[in-house]
Formats: sequence, C-alpha cells, structure tokens
Amino acid sequence: MTEVLLEVRGLSKIFPITSGIIRRRQVGEIPAVDGVDLSIHKGETLALVGESGCGKSTTGRLLLGLLRPTSGKILYRGEDIASVSDEELRKLRSQFQMIFQDPFGSLNPRMKVLDLIAEPLKISGVAKAKRQERAMMLLKNVGLSVDHAQRYPHEFSGGQRQRIGIARALALDPQLIVADEPVSALDVSVQAQVINLLQDLQKDLGLTYLFISHDLGVVHHIADRIAVMYLGRIVEIASKRVLFDNPGHPYTQALLDAIPVSRPGQRHAREILSGDLPATSDHAVGCRFATRCRFKTDRCLKEEPVLRTIGAGQTAACHHVEQIQKGETPS
Amino acid sequence: MALLEVENLTAVFHTEKGSNTAVDGVSLTLEAGEILGIVGESGSGKSVTAFSIMRLLREPGEIAAGSVVYNGTDLLSLNNRQMRKYRGREISMIFQEPLSSLNPIQSIGQQVMEPLFIHFRLNKVEAKERAIAMLKRVGIQDAEQRFDVYPHQLSGGLRQRVMIALTLVCEPKILIADEPTTALDVTIQAQILELLRELQAEFGMAIILITHDLGVIAEVAQRVCVMYAGEVVEIAPVDAIFDRTAHPYSAALINSIPNREIEVERLSAVAGSIPGPEEKRQGCLFATRCSFALPACSTTRQKIVSVAGGHKVACMRAEAGELPADMVLSLAERKHD
Repeated sequence: MTEVLLEVRGLSKIFPITSGIIRRRQVGEIPAVDGVDLSIHKGETLALVGESGCGKSTTGRLLLGLLRPTSGKILYRGEDIASVSDEELRKLRSQFQMIFQDPFGSLNPRMKVLDLIAEPLKISGVAKAKRQERAMMLLKNVGLSVDHAQRYPHEFSGGQRQRIGIARALALDPQLIVADEPVSALDVSVQAQVINLLQDLQKDLGLTYLFISHDLGVVHHIADRIAVMYLGRIVEIASKRVLFDNPGHPYTQALLDAIPVSRPGQRHAREILSGDLPATSDHAVGCRFATRCRFKTDRCLKEEPVLRTIGAGQTAACHHVEQIQKGETPS
Repeated sequence: MALLEVENLTAVFHTEKGSNTAVDGVSLTLEAGEILGIVGESGSGKSVTAFSIMRLLREPGEIAAGSVVYNGTDLLSLNNRQMRKYRGREISMIFQEPLSSLNPIQSIGQQVMEPLFIHFRLNKVEAKERAIAMLKRVGIQDAEQRFDVYPHQLSGGLRQRVMIALTLVCEPKILIADEPTTALDVTIQAQILELLRELQAEFGMAIILITHDLGVIAEVAQRVCVMYAGEVVEIAPVDAIFDRTAHPYSAALINSIPNREIEVERLSAVAGSIPGPEEKRQGCLFATRCSFALPACSTTRQKIVSVAGGHKVACMRAEAGELPADMVLSLAERKHD
C-alpha cells in the first residue's frame, strides 16, 4: 500500500439553523457531515459520490481548511489541520488546492488570465518576473496558448475557463487537489478534454485527487477508489472495480441501477428507489437509508450501522450486506 | 400524415451587433404517440426549437421562416388568442427547473386546476376532483393533504411531478419536455423517466424530449434528432443512432461519454468547441472539429438526405458512403482497448 497522504477521523460539521432578525437564536442544527472516516493515498484518485445534500462538498471544504470542523481530525503527514492556527493553516494551504464546478463564477472577471494564474504565487511572495514565467509555463501545460495570457475570462469558452482554473490550482505545486464537480457544467465533448487533461497532469506531476461528483460514468473512468456518501455519512468505500461489480450497500446498488443505460439495447426493468432524500436534520436513530431501503429490518430502525470490512478493500455500513449480496432477503 | 410537421424552421436573435441565427432551417416530424428525443450540446438550438414550436420565443428572438403544422393548422399563422387554445390544451411543455416555472405564491392545487378552468370551463368542485386525480397519478399519494402547499415546500422531484401533472391535466396530444431531469439527482431522474414512460403509454400522447444526455435518450426515446449549431445533423430510430451512426458529430458525441461497461485509458475528446451564434455560418459547421472533413466540407452547405429507411443525415461524405462503418466504437471493441 502506498503512503497515506491525508487521513480523516470522525470528521463532523454541524451548521446551526438560526431564526429571528434582531435577536438571532439557534433553533436547530444540520449535521452536514457526521462522523466521516477516510484516508487518501498519495497519487490516487479518490472519488466522493452522492446525491445533492449528502455532504460531499462540505467534506471537500473541510479537508482544505476552508471550513473548520465541529469535531474530528484531519491528519496531513501527521499534522492535524483541524487544530492548527490560522497562520499555520495558510502556510499548509499551498499544499491543497481546489478546482470549482462553475468556471464562470470562480474567475475574477476583471483580471487577465496571466494575473489570475500568477495570483497565488504573488500571495506567497514570488518575484514578479519569476511568477510570470511560471504562469506562462502553466498556461502551456493546461493546453492554452501564450496568446491567451492577456485576455479576460469572458473571452473564453467553458472548457477553456476550466483549464484556467486548473492552471491556477497548480501554481503552487500542490500535493492534493480537491476537484468539486469539475466537469458537471461542461458539455460532453468538452468534458472529455478536461478529464483527459486532469489525468495527464496527475501522471506528470504525481498529483492526488479527491474527485467530488454525482456522475458515476465520469467516476468510473477517473477514480481508483470510490466513497459513497448518504446524508452526511460514508456508506461504502471500495476500489472502483469492486464497487461497480459487486456493490455492498443497498444505496450503492440503487445508485448504480439508476444510471441510464448507454445503449438502447440495454433497456431493462429496474428496481427504482422510491421516495426522496430526507432532510439531514430529521434523522434521529437507526440507519439513515432505512426510509428508502427495501431490505430494512427492525434492527435497521434501532441501531445505526458502522463502516466495517466486508471484503478485500471494501467497507460498507449496512447490517445485512452479506445476505443482500447473496440475494437473500434479511429478516 | 404526421401529428406535427416542422418545416424549415429558422429563428434569429437580434442583438446590437447584428442578427444571430439560433435555429437554421430545422425540419422534423412527430408521429402520434411516439417519443422523439432531441439531443445536442448547449447552443445547439434544441430549446429554441421547442420554444418556437410553442410560440414562446420572446424578444429579441424571432421566428424568421418556416412552418409548424399541427393537425393541418400552421401554428405560426395563428394570432395570439387562437394560439392560446392550443397551448396547454393540445401541446404542453415542461421545463428544466420546476421551481422557477411554477408560481411561488399560488398553491400547487390552484396551479393544476388553472388549465381546467381555462380550457374546459369546469367548476371548482369538478376541477379539484380532476386535479387531485392527476396529482395522484403522477405519484403524489397524499394529494388531498398536499393540495394547498406551495412549491417551495416540496422537493425537486415532487415539484417536477407537479409540473407534469399541470401540463397533462388537459390530456394534450403533444408534451414537450425540455431537460426535465437535468436538475434532479440520478435516483430521482430514474423515477421521473419511468413516470413519463408510463404516462405516455397510458394517455398515448407524443413526447418531444429535449436533453443533452445521451443516456436519457438511450433510456426512453424511440427516434432521435441530433442537433449541432442550430441545425439538424442526423435523424434516425434510436437503435440506428447508436449502431449505424451516420454523422461524425453523432459518433463523436457517443464516443466522448465515459461509460461503465468499458475501460479506456483516455476518453476520445472532440477538439475545439461548438461555434458561437455570432460566427459565420458557411459550409458544414462541424468541419473544423471533424476528423473526416475534406476542404470542400467547410465551403459546401450540407443538405439533409435519406440514407436508409427513416434515417437522414446532413453530411456529404456520409451521403457518398465514404465514412467508415465503425465510427462509434462498439462496447465489445473498446473493452480490449
């Protein structure tokens, strides 16, 4: 097993719900991330998948130190990011970078491309000549030309803007890149270009990715391992092959089954998950997925399952994985 | 005769810098009771086509030419009052974002009853009964209790169900669905697609399903129309689009989608991006990105011609039979890549 770059233990983030205009008071709380354990190995792509509201983006932001966790540890090379001072966090932050979903909203429209890419270098105190030289190199590395350097973001297409965002993320030579839905806003023909670029850069620079996505087709292509989140918790982690061939958790199975077929000849009757994602704040006891699960038993309503190893490199949080995988109905 | 015949539809947007053509000579037909998928990337003109059929195109957009014949009547020749008799009654439309297309200050029950008041002049009791039946039919079980709730109190999936209920309550002959599942999560998308399929079988209406997602097309469409830069480049039965793909753009689109049945080192990307509406419209608009393009492609305007039964393509090289048969790599082949 390769070196562990980042280790997360019992990570939680609780957002308060407040009410009142003059006297704001807390009326409830939303546990957006609720006890997440994860480890990210150097050089791998770990995909974090789940539906909207499951806490995948919040997890990404916590790992980067953009949000402070309510509890839990984030160990980067032995140092706990969750408890260092703001000053130290700023220094560490050059090691982690983020690529955002929306290439239109994440670039300052009043800055030229070269300045956008050189900005992180400027903040970390690199001399002007040197940072311009590096920005030019980065521009070429992400497949843009030197002629683009003096233009403004609005002159570029979505795919090109995402390349600018990537160049900017690479400026400080980071170890870990958190990519939050980096291709969801792009058209498919352009999406493929950006995915290929991300993979090339990973190979050349030895980058580690946390790839946050709801698109299991893209995840199947890019990920080494996959973590599935549901209502603030990880319900399954496995290597890509295992997860797609032999999913353990009933939610993972339902997610895979909901992906549209890729050819009309593959249309089939399927088990469609009923109901909606319940609100995170509604959950009290038992398994979070029980309200939508067709295998639920009394035990699921009383006792919350924990992540446990169910096979080689596969962990899942479900009381009845073994029976479900054998095709039996738990009672 | 087909239920809907769109001929040479052209829509332009007038801007300060001149007129941009968003839809350029689109012709297509819709048979009663079929599901026609229109697929294309952003800027391909698929939504503008739908808005033009519904006569919902607003300033600075304008329908510059063409005809939209429904049951023998050219909808483009009607005045606004006459058109209102068709909209919602004969042809209905659902949109991508149910939250912004529903009225936020009217209860969902009121909104589902409204078309019944307008088109059938029902009284309140009758309308309420039908509206509740329709809400139940689209999967809102406790419709009596939910009748007076407002759109913001519902989840995205339920809102889209309400939207479907209010478009189908008058039992139109045609439903135009513009990216109906794009804003939804994948498990909810599966529910909504299943619902549309069921309702289509039950009510027998024809559906025009507009999407950028070929997976959705593969899942529900019977015929497919592929659009690129405002033009129709290929129309065919759904199996033919995937198995006997004739246009290089359709092939590129299919090949660039990551697919879980296959393992490839690299995705096959299409270089460049879709031309903007302000760019010059000359020759084949895909030529600059096409790996089969000849110099003549970028100067010759491509005509859409029939290459097999029900299969039309706008590519001179496809027409001449010069393109390889395996432009779309089959799933089996790509496994050994």
